[in-house]
Amino acid sequence: MGEEVKLHGTWASPFSCRVIWALKLKGIPYEYIEEDLSNKSSQLLQHNPVHKKIPVLVHGGKATCESMIILEYVEEMWPQNPLLPTHPCERADARFWIKFAEEKGPAMWTVYRTSGEEQEKAVKDTLEMLRAIEAHGLVDKKYFGGDKIGIVDIAFGQIAQWLGVIEDIVGVKLLEAHKFPRLHAWIKNFKEVPIIKENLPDRDEMMVLFKHFREMLLTSSRDS
Amino acid sequence: MAEENKVSLHGFFASPYVRRVELALKFKGIPYEYVEEDLKNKSSLLLKYNPVHKKVPVLVHNGKPIVESLVILEYIDETWKNGPQFLPEDPYKRAQIRFWASFVHQQVFQNMVLILKTDGEAQEKAVKEVSEKLSLLEEGIKSIFPEGIPIIDQENVGLLDIVIVSTFSSYKALKEVLGLELIDLEKTSPLLFSRLKALLELPVVEGALPPHEKVVGALKFMRQNALNSASV
Repeated sequence: MGEEVKLHGTWASPFSCRVIWALKLKGIPYEYIEEDLSNKSSQLLQHNPVHKKIPVLVHGGKATCESMIILEYVEEMWPQNPLLPTHPCERADARFWIKFAEEKGPAMWTVYRTSGEEQEKAVKDTLEMLRAIEAHGLVDKKYFGGDKIGIVDIAFGQIAQWLGVIEDIVGVKLLEAHKFPRLHAWIKNFKEVPIIKENLPDRDEMMVLFKHFREMLLTSSRDS
Repeated sequence: MAEENKVSLHGFFASPYVRRVELALKFKGIPYEYVEEDLKNKSSLLLKYNPVHKKVPVLVHNGKPIVESLVILEYIDETWKNGPQFLPEDPYKRAQIRFWASFVHQQVFQNMVLILKTDGEAQEKAVKEVSEKLSLLEEGIKSIFPEGIPIIDQENVGLLDIVIVSTFSSYKALKEVLGLELIDLEKTSPLLFSRLKALLELPVVEGALPPHEKVVGALKFMRQNALNSASV
């Protein structure tokens, strides 16, 4: 348990942030390694040969990949400030929403990466995702985790900050407050949690980075 | 005792996701009521239990629904401590198993579905994807069992075993439907193949799989449907 913890990530990645939030909420000291995705470190490639992606958590020399699998590992290794409920029924409910976030979340990134018909479909898919969360995920709850944030709040963190950035860059408003009052309130509450507030990437810097990437993506898809 | 610990499973006979849950229940010796759903005419109960996805499988335990096959498997493992433990105790090993189970579920299986539902170039692409993923899976299996794979029996079967059986048990039926073997599992994935073979010989598994002809029929129907709607 006293073995060192290292996290390979990138500052603007919501998946990287998930792990940072979990580690900080539990008070686990770690060394952070910022990866340059255009020039991945040999350690990253060695630790995640299957997907070659961040985040990767290395604990006592052993690597765990996939942000939500990392979070379950962190939860089991360091049970203080639990992120998952104790009762199997509630755990199953939390895992359902984690799976939902993993399956449906990519749609908002497709909105960001594409244009035209492909983007229109992704907009529809994103709205469908938001509607499901609004209708079924936050009924009578301040956070997905109940009175305090839990693993599902962390899983949906990309909606709290990254979706807004995507909306501004692409020029499409998806999460309108009057249509999604619960989600809107949750975003406000989530971003006020001190650990989250202190560990959100700077919005202006994200705007610059993501604008730049989107231009590159659209240019290369036009040329190809 | 009647309502307490009552377990029912809403499913569809040809669904590998449903198969996973049935195998898990049978391995643990949990009695349950099975409800076959007509996916073209879903029961109001199913829609009530799974309002977000409206899909099978749904496990109902003491009136509470649990959905998503891998989530259900972990729920079963946490709730019933008898029989095999599907996940090991060690958190790192648990992470490895979850990683590879998710890999088979998302990366391999989705592409196998594409092989069934497409032809021509799209199918060739899917075959290539599956071959690549299977090579990675072979390496993954080696990394989970660095000292060699233990002999399988009904007491030590795990989460990944259940996912493997449910995903690959229909590969013979798939070969029949496609008219040829696009991927030679035995040659390309010897570890996976021998594990699958051992699992298929377990009495619980033999008893849980639908008859070969029924699977062939279901796969043929799915392929026809997909190719017809693609050409529209």
